Amino acid sequence: MVKMMTAEEAAKKVIHEELFILDVRNEEDYRNWKIEGKNVESINIPYFDLIDGVEHALEKLPKDERDILVVCAKEASSKFVAEQLDEAGVDEVYYLQGGMRAWSEYLYSVKIGDLKNGGSIYQFNRIGKGCLTYLVESNGEAAIIDAVRMTETLEQFAKEKGLAIKYLIDTHLHADHISGGRKLAEKLGATYYLPPKDATEVTFSYQPLEEGEDIFVGNTRIRIQPLYSPGHTIGSTSLIVDDQYLLSGDILFVDSIGRPDLAGKAEDWVGDLRRTLYQLYKQLSPELLVLPAHFGKISEMDDQGRVCAKLGDLYAKNAGLQVEDEQVFRKMVTQNLPPQPNAYQEIRQTNMGKLTPTEDEQREMEIGPNRCAVHD
Amino acid sequence: MNADKVLDARGLSCPMPVVRTKKAIDELKPGQILELHTTDSGALSDIPAWAKTAGHRVIEQSEDNGVYKFWIQKG
Repeated sequence: MVKMMTAEEAAKKVIHEELFILDVRNEEDYRNWKIEGKNVESINIPYFDLIDGVEHALEKLPKDERDILVVCAKEASSKFVAEQLDEAGVDEVYYLQGGMRAWSEYLYSVKIGDLKNGGSIYQFNRIGKGCLTYLVESNGEAAIIDAVRMTETLEQFAKEKGLAIKYLIDTHLHADHISGGRKLAEKLGATYYLPPKDATEVTFSYQPLEEGEDIFVGNTRIRIQPLYSPGHTIGSTSLIVDDQYLLSGDILFVDSIGRPDLAGKAEDWVGDLRRTLYQLYKQLSPELLVLPAHFGKISEMDDQGRVCAKLGDLYAKNAGLQVEDEQVFRKMVTQNLPPQPNAYQEIRQTNMGKLTPTEDEQREMEIGPNRCAVHD
Repeated sequence: MNADKVLDARGLSCPMPVVRTKKAIDELKPGQILELHTTDSGALSDIPAWAKTAGHRVIEQSEDNGVYKFWIQKG
């Protein structure tokens, strides 16, 4: 019998185990965006090449212990193919429940570490899209940073841990995904923070996220210090949490740096990006653990599924931080950039409150990888 | 455009629009044209991709009120 695999089960295999994937979407969709992992092997045979039979797929499937997961955009085509494989005698064949759409929405949560006076910080990894959300908790209170659109998962997590979500903070106006910050703040009566320079066109009221105005979580007063660090957007603001963690937004990633072009002002913002990365961040403690808002490659995830790195290590290894010559840097962050994120202009408009797409439209807008870094 | 056959696949979702289209094309002679109507947005990229690998040609496509129309010439 053909079996179904949920996105959660698939994520577990992608991070900790092994998996063989037969992706039956068309070639272009596969090339653009697929499930990746250190122990994932994947091949692409579009479902429409398997309508008359799966014989030519059979010879490409592994004959070992690995589970075979058939994947398509939504689900039905992968089920169609998986059933045929099953009939052809293939063991342990699964289809992905909800397809790439569900994969894009699954959140994997992992604890990053403790805070000095009690409390902890968690990372929520939207593996399918490479978006990272953070939750800082102490004494029954929580702040959520760069919340993804799937706020139910975040709410459920807070509920299970008995936390009241007090603050929703966006480090910048996102261009690759629809922020869940405003929605959740409205629902819970919490405060929604946004950098004012990114919010000049927004249609709603918000609390300005400004340097010098620290935010405190819980009775033990975990300090969140906003640090104005423009470059990816003009308002981009990093957060230093408990003098231990640097939430770098889309300015600095583990393997790359943020691209300055998604609001159409690459030339204007290159200088800001350079100053933030080569001067401002350099003055910070190299011991800070950098927690970015995205990852691009699965290799940026460690064995426990965490995406993080010491600031000092990034100054030694990250290719985006090794460019001495300003002109070379300028070229690197403005030319030959990867394609922009899907529907990025509409997503920015949505995050400003100017567009109000339906749930289904929001899903469609968010299809594909985040593409917020200068390196693909 | 004159079609030799019209296939109404509205309301069907992936993979059925391509499965039905393939069946309909199989019944045509090379050079003949199939007109396909579908409401599945996945067909927008899948029909041209399928036609390419199967050796057929999409000679025209349009959208009208959520209905996507394709004219496909059998190769």
